[in-house]
Amino acid sequence: MADKEERVPVMQQVLDNPFLLLFLGITIPTVLYVLWGVMEIANIPVAH
Amino acid sequence: MTTTYRICPRSGLQFDKDAEKLMRWHAVAGVLALLLGGIMALGVILTRWPAVKLLEADVFYMWLTAHGINMLIFWIIFFEMAVLLFASSTLLRCRMATPKLGWVSFWLMAIGAIMTNVAIFSGESSVMFTSYVPMQAKWHFYLGIILFAVGALITCFIFLGTLVVAKAEKTYEGSIPLVTFGALTACIIAIFTIASGAVILIPTFLWSLGYIREIDSLMYRTVWWALGHSSQQINVSAHVAIWYAIAAIVFGAKPMSEKVSRTAYFLYILFLQLASAHHLLSDPGLGSEWKVVNTSYFMYFAVLASMIHGMTVPGAIEQAQRLKGYNKGLFEWLRKAPWGNPAFSAMFLSLIGFGFLGGISGVMMGAEQLNMLIHNTIYVPGHFHATVVIGTTLAFMGLTYFLVPVLFKRELLFPGYAKMFPYLFGLSMYMVALVMMGAGTLGVSRRHWDMAFAGAPMAYEWPGAAYLMMGLTGIFGVIACVSAGLWILQIVFSLLFGKKLEEGETRSTPIPLTLPAPTPGGAAHPPATPGTMVLALIFLTAFILYYFVNWKYLSSLWGMA
Repeated sequence: MADKEERVPVMQQVLDNPFLLLFLGITIPTVLYVLWGVMEIANIPVAH
Repeated sequence: MTTTYRICPRSGLQFDKDAEKLMRWHAVAGVLALLLGGIMALGVILTRWPAVKLLEADVFYMWLTAHGINMLIFWIIFFEMAVLLFASSTLLRCRMATPKLGWVSFWLMAIGAIMTNVAIFSGESSVMFTSYVPMQAKWHFYLGIILFAVGALITCFIFLGTLVVAKAEKTYEGSIPLVTFGALTACIIAIFTIASGAVILIPTFLWSLGYIREIDSLMYRTVWWALGHSSQQINVSAHVAIWYAIAAIVFGAKPMSEKVSRTAYFLYILFLQLASAHHLLSDPGLGSEWKVVNTSYFMYFAVLASMIHGMTVPGAIEQAQRLKGYNKGLFEWLRKAPWGNPAFSAMFLSLIGFGFLGGISGVMMGAEQLNMLIHNTIYVPGHFHATVVIGTTLAFMGLTYFLVPVLFKRELLFPGYAKMFPYLFGLSMYMVALVMMGAGTLGVSRRHWDMAFAGAPMAYEWPGAAYLMMGLTGIFGVIACVSAGLWILQIVFSLLFGKKLEEGETRSTPIPLTLPAPTPGGAAHPPATPGTMVLALIFLTAFILYYFVNWKYLSSLWGMA
């Protein structure tokens, strides 16, 4: 089956998809840094 | 509208003429911001030099604000937008997507930069780069940065659009080149950065107009650092891409392993932005889990990625040199490198300084306990002058020597100074970063106009070494500023008065895709790179030693007995 196209590895498919990378590159820091951080600050009890 | 392409006779690169013009304008605007930021740097450094103390306090803070904004935002991002255009339309040999929108983007950035500078120099916006609330700047300070960011965001999407154009028009086969992949990484980080900036700066702008009553200071700091620190991570991705590009241009070097280098960039995409948390390690409102996960777990993946690039770039150069026959001993390949070529020497000094000074100190600062040693001291500017000035600016300056004949089609004037410049500027900045970090370790404050706190009710007696190191910061800082000023003059004179070089062929269609020739048999097994391994081991030894010296120092400050 010399004509059969070589299968592209999954990791290479990920790295060749700029919009998937964009999604990951925005989502991960938004969740881990921004949202988590903001939630922690929002949960600080207000002094009376 | 038809697209025309120019084939550069000196490099063989193909430029879409619209993209080429935009690259030139972005690069020139960046250098103007560098000039302004550099003049401000001279004033700042001559004020922090205790024996000189040039500026009055109010002028000092105004100049420090202008220095930070022009250097860390305007110079760097203007140049990075030129890199994005180059890495997409030129390296993928295709037309640029939406060139008219490219001009809208450029002018938004330019108007934004001017507006913010006007706000700063009018004297009522001396809030420094961080612009922490409740300090309030004039409304056009924030609006200028917002306009600049919107412009940069548009260019990021033009970059992504150009990738789509190249794929649709099949101007490349397989994966995009590694340098373009590095630019894609920078673009993704830029989009996160700008979005975070919008989340915090738009309400702050409305607050400055009186439409919002209050901005919580910790909330501001947390979200702002997703802009402030991540904007410097765009630099890291961009300058690493430039290291690979210069290695390819000067040596014809190919990456040691495309897979490994791309995986390292992938780690940047996922984790590099999280390092922003190290600015908040002393803030009590945020929990240790958030701090440790962001800086001490996930940030280490990004550090791993930097160490991979730090090894694969010299490794690729070593392989290329050994294939040319420089095989004697461990380091003939390095000794026989073209040290008189400023593109190479700037790149290599950038790589070593970024790793040894910026990288190691960054990891140390990212550990929550060690951060207490140096938090808000002048150690922090010492670290980021090693990353942003030695790592990024020096790499960009080195690349500019390649761009003058290729992009601007002018012969470089004063080639003797070009040979000398990377050593003069690079090594003086090495010293600036080192002595700043030394003074910071002794506790000298990060931004205070007067380190002696003269007239304060409770005086503090600094050790003589702290004054010595601040004096050395002044001396080496002046050398760095003057050499960078001469570099700007050299580039401007070359663009204005340098001999015009041949334009090259102009055509209405891109060069057809030709696949590279099959690799010759001998190169199927690339040579081993023992010299790079030794360099990597020296780096690891320095890393481990410095890390543990700081733990020892911390333990001696807080004795348990």
